This record gives sequence, structure tokens and C-alpha cells, in this order.
Amino acid sequence: MSTEWEVVIGLEVHVQLNTQSKIFSGAATAYGADPNTQACAIDLGMPGVLPVLNKEAVRKATLFGLSVDAEIAKHSVFARKNYFYPDLPKGYQISQYELPIVGKGHLDIVTDNGIKRIGITRAHLEEDAGKSLHEDFHGMTGIDLNRAGTPLLEIVSEPDMRSAAEAVSYLKTLHNLVTHLGICDGNMQEGSFRCDANVSIRPKGQQEFGTRTETKNVNSFRFVERAINYEIERQISVLEQGGTIDQATLLYDAAKNETRPMRSKEEANDYRYFPDPDLLPLALDDEWIESVRDTLPELPHEKRDRYQQAFGLSEYDASVLVANKALAHYFESALDNTQAPAKLVTNWVMGDLSGALNKASLDISESPVSAEQLAGLLDRIHDDTISSKIAKTVFEAMWNGEGDANAIIAAKGLQQVTDTGAIETIIDDVMAANPTQLEQYRSGKDKLFGFFVGQVMKQTQGKANPQQVNDLLKKKLSS
Amino acid sequence: MSTIDANAVNNIAHLARLAVDNKHIPDLARDLTNILDLVEQMNQIDTQGIEPQAHPLDAKQRLRNDEVTEINQRELFMSIAPETEAGLYLVPKVIDAE
Repeated sequence: MSTEWEVVIGLEVHVQLNTQSKIFSGAATAYGADPNTQACAIDLGMPGVLPVLNKEAVRKATLFGLSVDAEIAKHSVFARKNYFYPDLPKGYQISQYELPIVGKGHLDIVTDNGIKRIGITRAHLEEDAGKSLHEDFHGMTGIDLNRAGTPLLEIVSEPDMRSAAEAVSYLKTLHNLVTHLGICDGNMQEGSFRCDANVSIRPKGQQEFGTRTETKNVNSFRFVERAINYEIERQISVLEQGGTIDQATLLYDAAKNETRPMRSKEEANDYRYFPDPDLLPLALDDEWIESVRDTLPELPHEKRDRYQQAFGLSEYDASVLVANKALAHYFESALDNTQAPAKLVTNWVMGDLSGALNKASLDISESPVSAEQLAGLLDRIHDDTISSKIAKTVFEAMWNGEGDANAIIAAKGLQQVTDTGAIETIIDDVMAANPTQLEQYRSGKDKLFGFFVGQVMKQTQGKANPQQVNDLLKKKLSS
Repeated sequence: MSTIDANAVNNIAHLARLAVDNKHIPDLARDLTNILDLVEQMNQIDTQGIEPQAHPLDAKQRLRNDEVTEINQRELFMSIAPETEAGLYLVPKVIDAE
């Protein structure tokens, strides 16, 4: 019998804080500048320079900590992490080790089994490294140090995730949070939000963790899922063939969809951390921390609670809506602009609209149908001008840029027929045209009721009010 | 008590990218062991009730405002680099994956 495996995933996310200047120098952080034009003497590690900490980076890290209910350290320390690589000019990275600015917190994510709370171990401030360009410069490597010294917040999760899908949900929730807080631009292509995944497996029921591997720098949600799933399959196959997992740092190759070893962990791991003598301990007082707390916007989980309480949405619906700031905004604008109840708005935003966006690979911010336009459509469903079924046709026309709901309904003559007299006439015609079915129905074949409904709807091209058709048919057929 | 042997000296030298002449290794091993002995001696001191300090100065970090104050001095910095091209510093090839 084959073993049932449990997957254990912890994530380290590097979030670039969107400050104007670097964490320890007054050089600009703007993305895409000419190489090395934003790398000053401090970033280059020239002798005699002194790093001075950027207040805004501290504020943004604090804001994050407060948003995940973490303790903010009133005393934190910067340390040197020593290793040699050409894109790290000083020979060490200034980071935080024993005393990080943000302590234990948590983040709630949406999973297939409902809401799950993921622990956050810590978050610490550090500086980013430069970039190595491995294209051929006569057999040499080109170094661009513009990125060196860009402030990073490294957010470390507990090993609480049990599938690649949960890991992606955590990342999306975290990405939504940091962009919502306005501390990161969230641009994954430009490396503003980068993820390292620690993955191990163990036989289900076993307490102790298996040996883990760390897959570095996976920069899209899709690749994270693929990289983790590849790594899970690889580990299962190694263990089932009687092998052992080596602790290793891996790189994910998206083109080949495989992970491969980067460097041996023993050497890479001996960073010889020690407190940076150039930087004094960072001291924060209660008054300052509270002044940052006052600037917290409504957080996604608070928004979720509000949607449940004020609009009666389910926890799941509310969680899905708040998982994307733009989607939540869309939902609220649609709701503000319609008389329709919140449940109808939710169903359309999460159903037809999200479905159409997915199919077209569009983000909510790129939706061809605006929130106001959708609100207009929902009004017409709500006041019975059109049925839900016809509404889908109108939605499609709106999606294709044919105008607002009212204009489309008028142009295509889609108004629901609610005139009792008109519906009765059609019912009479249908009964007259189908004497056999009528007789069978009247002699007890109840199932034929559906046939008559179908015929009437067909005659009205689906525009008759279904409830009215039912009521009138029942009356007429039994008379 | 820890003792630094020749292997440890070589490992530390490698991590620090220092070239150490073989004939100096015994002396270095002895010196480093002496340093650890001193640390061991300090460990004997009763430090209960004393706040650990991360810095010899009992002061706190000053913060700067988030303003761009540096100008582009690439040409100046590159004038002392061994090799540059297209605005990049050139270094011996580093390969991450292998």
C-alpha cells in the first residue's frame, strides 16, 4: 500500500517598500533607470560612508506589522549577513536577525475548505542587492547596482500551508494586503514582490517535519503553484524509491517546469551574522506606533466582516470579494449605484462578471463592463423589466460594448412581457396548437406542464415573466 | 572550551575570501583559540539583570526623511572600476545555476 503524504509549505516573501529613496541612502529607488545611475557611494559600499535609516521604510514596516496583528518591536537591531556575490558590493547585506521589527502575527486566507489562519513568524527590514546580468560581456558578467539598497520587508510565514493552492492563496492575500496598505506597488514582473517557498513532505499523521528544500525567487502566482507542485512530486518520487531528500536551495526554471539545485546549503548558510556597528538599535515608542496605527486604512478582514454584517454576505463570498482591492471597490460602486439587493450584486460580480473576466484573462480593473453599467443592469432585473435569463444576453451585449443596459434592452426589445392579457393570448394560442398534449395533461400527465411553459417562453422569445407564465398556465390548463 | 584547528582556520579563511599561507595556519589557530578563551572567560561573568547591548554606545538610531538627496555620479565611481561597459560594472563570470 502506498503512503499518504502530507505537504508542508512555509513562504518567505520579499516585499519592496515603495519609498522614494533607499533604506540607508538618499539615492532614488525608481525602477528602470539607466544602470548604476541610482547607486551612490553608500550603496556601493565605499570606504568611510555611513548608512542612515529611512524613516518611511520604518513606518511602512510598522504599518504592515499592525495590519497582521503582530507585535511591533520597540527595540530592534540591524545585523550584517555576510556572503560574497558581485551584486552585493559591501560583502554583507544589512538585515535584521535576532531582533526584527515585526514579531508574530497572522493572516486569514480563503481555501477550498473555508477560511484558514496562517501564522506569520516575523517580518524584518533589509536592503535589496543589485542585479547580475549574465548575458555575454566577453565572458564577463555585468553588474547593475541601482537596486542595491532598495528597502525590503521580508515576511516569513509559519509552515502552515498544506498545498500549492493554499500557498498561492496566502500569496494573493498578502499581495492584496501590502498593495492595499500602499507600502508596495505589487509589481511582480519588476520584482517588487518575490517569493521563496520552503517545501517538505511527511507521511500523513507524522508529527516531525521532513527535510525541506527552498525554491528561490518565483515571481508569479502561476509559477509558484507549478514550482511547488513540481517539487512535491519530485520529493514523493525520491522518497517512494527509497531515497532521501537533501536540504538544498533550488531554482525554478519556468521554461522547463523543473527545479534544480542552486548551491550547497552548508556553505550558503554560514552567514556569520553580527550586529552592524554602523547602525544603532532602532527604538520606537508607543506614541509613534499608535500614530502609525491611526493611519491604517480599513483592512481586508475588516471589510470582510463589514460585508457580512451590513450586507448579509456569507463569509466565503465576502472573503473572495475583499481578496482583491479592485474587486471590492467594484462591488461597492455597483452596490452604491443600484436599488438591487447586495446578494444579487454579489452573485453577478462573483458569477457572470468574474467568469467572463477569467475567460478573457482580464483583471477586474480592465473590465469592459463598468460597475455603474452593471448596476444599471441589476436595476432592470430588480424591477422585473427583464428576467435573469435575458439579463445574461444584455450582459453579453454590454461586454461587447453595445452600450448601457437600458439602451440595449430598448434596442433589442428585450423588455419582459408582464402584460397579463398578452401572455394569456399566447397561452391560448399554444393550447390551441397542441390539442394532443393538452388532453394528455388534463388526463393526468403532469409532466407536460414544462412543455407548455417552454412553448410559451418560445413564443415570447424568453421575454415573458416566468412566474406569471407559471401562474397563468396553471389556471388555464386546469380550467 | 572551543579549540580552533587547521580545518576551521581554512574554512573561516575561505568564507572571508582570505588567502592564508599554510605556514601561518598554526599561529592563526592558536591566536583564534586564545580569542575564544577570552570569550569563555567573559562568559563566566554574572550578567543577570543587565540589558544586552547591540552597540557599545547607549544611543538610538537616528532616522532620515525619505528624500532623494544623491545625484548621479556614475562616471566618477566607474573611473576607479577595473572594467565597465554600457553603464555596467564587469566582473568575472558568475554562474548561479551550476
